[in-house]
Amino acid sequence: MKTVFERPHALSDVPLHYCPGCTHGIVHRLVAEVIDELGIEGNTVGIAPVGCSVFAYNYFECDMIEAAHGRAPAVATGVKRTHPETVVFTYQGDGDLAAIGTAETVHSATRGENITVIFINNCIYGMTGGQMAPTTLPGQVTTTSPYGRKRSIQGNPIRVCEMLSTLDGVALAQRVSVDSPKNIIAAKKAIKKAFQNQIDGKGFSIVEVLSTCPTNWGMTPTDALQWLRDNMMPYYPLGVYKDAEALKDGE
Amino acid sequence: MTTRIIFAGSGGQGIQFSGKQMAKTGMHMDKNVTFLPSYGPEMRGGTSNCTVVISDEDIGSPSVTTPDILVAMNLPSFEKFESKVAAGGTIFCDSTLVEKKSERDDIKAIYIPATGMANDNGLTGFANVIILGYMLKETGIFDYDEFKEFLLSGIPAAKTALIEKNAKALELGYNFKA
Amino acid sequence: MSKKVLMKGNEAIAEAAIASGCVHFFGYPITPQTEIAEYMAKRLPKVGGVCLQAESEVAAVNMLMGAVSTGTRAMTSSSSPGISLKSEGISYIAGCDLPCLVVNVQRGGPGLGGIQPSQQDYYQATRGVGHGDLRLIVVAPSSVQEMASLTAEALDLADTYRMPAMLLADGALGQMMEPVAFSAFPKRDLPEKSWATNGHGFKRKKNITNSLYIDPNVLEQTIIDRYAKYAEIEKNEVKYEEYMTDDADIVIVAFGITARICKSAVAEARRAGIKAGLLRPITLWPFPKAAISEVADHAKVLLSVEMSMGQMVDDVRLAVNGKRPVHFFGRTGGVIPSVEEVTAQIKALAENL
Repeated sequence: MKTVFERPHALSDVPLHYCPGCTHGIVHRLVAEVIDELGIEGNTVGIAPVGCSVFAYNYFECDMIEAAHGRAPAVATGVKRTHPETVVFTYQGDGDLAAIGTAETVHSATRGENITVIFINNCIYGMTGGQMAPTTLPGQVTTTSPYGRKRSIQGNPIRVCEMLSTLDGVALAQRVSVDSPKNIIAAKKAIKKAFQNQIDGKGFSIVEVLSTCPTNWGMTPTDALQWLRDNMMPYYPLGVYKDAEALKDGE
Repeated sequence: MTTRIIFAGSGGQGIQFSGKQMAKTGMHMDKNVTFLPSYGPEMRGGTSNCTVVISDEDIGSPSVTTPDILVAMNLPSFEKFESKVAAGGTIFCDSTLVEKKSERDDIKAIYIPATGMANDNGLTGFANVIILGYMLKETGIFDYDEFKEFLLSGIPAAKTALIEKNAKALELGYNFKA
Repeated sequence: MSKKVLMKGNEAIAEAAIASGCVHFFGYPITPQTEIAEYMAKRLPKVGGVCLQAESEVAAVNMLMGAVSTGTRAMTSSSSPGISLKSEGISYIAGCDLPCLVVNVQRGGPGLGGIQPSQQDYYQATRGVGHGDLRLIVVAPSSVQEMASLTAEALDLADTYRMPAMLLADGALGQMMEPVAFSAFPKRDLPEKSWATNGHGFKRKKNITNSLYIDPNVLEQTIIDRYAKYAEIEKNEVKYEEYMTDDADIVIVAFGITARICKSAVAEARRAGIKAGLLRPITLWPFPKAAISEVADHAKVLLSVEMSMGQMVDDVRLAVNGKRPVHFFGRTGGVIPSVEEVTAQIKALAENL
């Protein structure tokens, strides 16, 4: 019998804790497939964040570190600087990466830290139960923006790829989505490139993945996917914001 | 035997250099030494001071409130530390910059116009070394020749002008007649 | 480098760390410890190490966590306000059972405080610095030579017990120069770091560096296990120095630079015919409880002298456990107590014996 589909080796054989319809599972799978295809599981170290993917250390078969909230890029820096031969990735949500960890994100990016960052943007704090995220859209209702996010009160959302694309240390800043088979294939390509960049020593690579949170958005999984297309994509357009090699000494 | 010295003046007068050189020489001569500098914004353009303790025994406190020797190279330093010198102690005062005189009769105050002497002899910036020279003669804390040799040997051989100026300044101070 | 060199305390820490194979440093500038980072920045590239200036103390301590997760020896250093920022990472490092060295060259607080030497972070250091049930091994040097030797020792202790160690110094020790030799630091047999997350290479099962335990019973057990290790440390690793305590009526307890001042004051008091002595804790955690308790059996009174409003004095009182009166004298905010002041305290106590 010919195997046509199987669990990637780098994805642990355990039940994931994610809610039904959540897209974390898809992104986990894509990352694991890429690790398998590049044959790097043995020298990969993954850094899990604080947020819904806090247990990611249980889901990947490579060595894993659980970082403090927002500090994954700093932890990744420590690993990569002491062990340049390892492949180091962080897996972070929007609160982790773009609120509490903004400094660590921006500075690891501008240093051109040779790491791979997988950034899940679902416009909400999922783990704590639906609070406003730095990426929550204007007008979006959350438990801490119950009247809808107002620019005058809660301020404006942050577009991470656009911001990071201005930095010399960034090799790849690309926004993808996992709302459709076509976009999932494109997302995997981007994730693979972000890992390949690191293997090639190109510098900081980030892939921002637009994701859903049916539970905290209060929608069915299919409605959530449509909401992503209708509301997130216009505000956070998909695309490659930077594709270069981080500037090196003397450049 | 323990000697406790405070060097004080303005930033740029070589206060820290003098202190370090005394400590290094002490170490070279197998004495116990500590060198405690002032640090932070205090150093920048303002007053600069450091404390050196040289002893045959283990040194307890590296910080000193009543020094045996005070080198005061500007007026604020003189005013800050003059009253604190231990009875029987000595003040070396750069009298070009410190116009005041000590009124204490339980200490020895020596006035040496070091900055003026330095300027007159093409040794601008070496007033601190002139004072060191005289201090060696007055206190006998280190042998003059040994001190000089160690000082000069610490300067890279290529910097001949610097070696000459240090030697000249030290000599000038040593031969000063109060 | 067995010959003695005249060096700043901060530089001695850096050189001793390098000599002990700690060639990865993550820091952020803050007075009065910046010379450590500067020294590392100059030396580490030449010995195959890495000195990285982080964007904040928070980032620096998390880089440290990443580095030591891989089993690599690494350290960070800061001064009081920066240690508060590092407290998060220190708690995580302790919760992950990772070894590392954190140096605190203390300055006056609270808040931005000042830049002059203080010992106001005693509580913070000896109570684990960060949140949760945890301890750090805390060593307190009192000379530039000890800045070096205790750096080497703290790195070994951290590796031996797989936990963070702190070297608690102060601005005076960091800035002052004394002769120091780097030869012959005693070395320990260190355990293998089989827990390192540095890539499993398909040769072992994956390792996880983690401090998260959702099940409270599991978390409780990890803490109980850690406290069993702490008990071992309290049994095996206490270090202190006694000076003229044998026949002393008045025993001062002081650490770090303050102990130096107190040693001079004790000598001064002895010259005045007063039987004074000094007990200097070298490890602040584990604290020399038994030694202090023993001293309290024959001394008439104890005096804790600190550069704070009185922090270690609590531990001294706990150790003495009501056997004798324990007094306190301190200067704070960056003021160093003088030998004269401490001598006066001893004399006042002697009059009331």
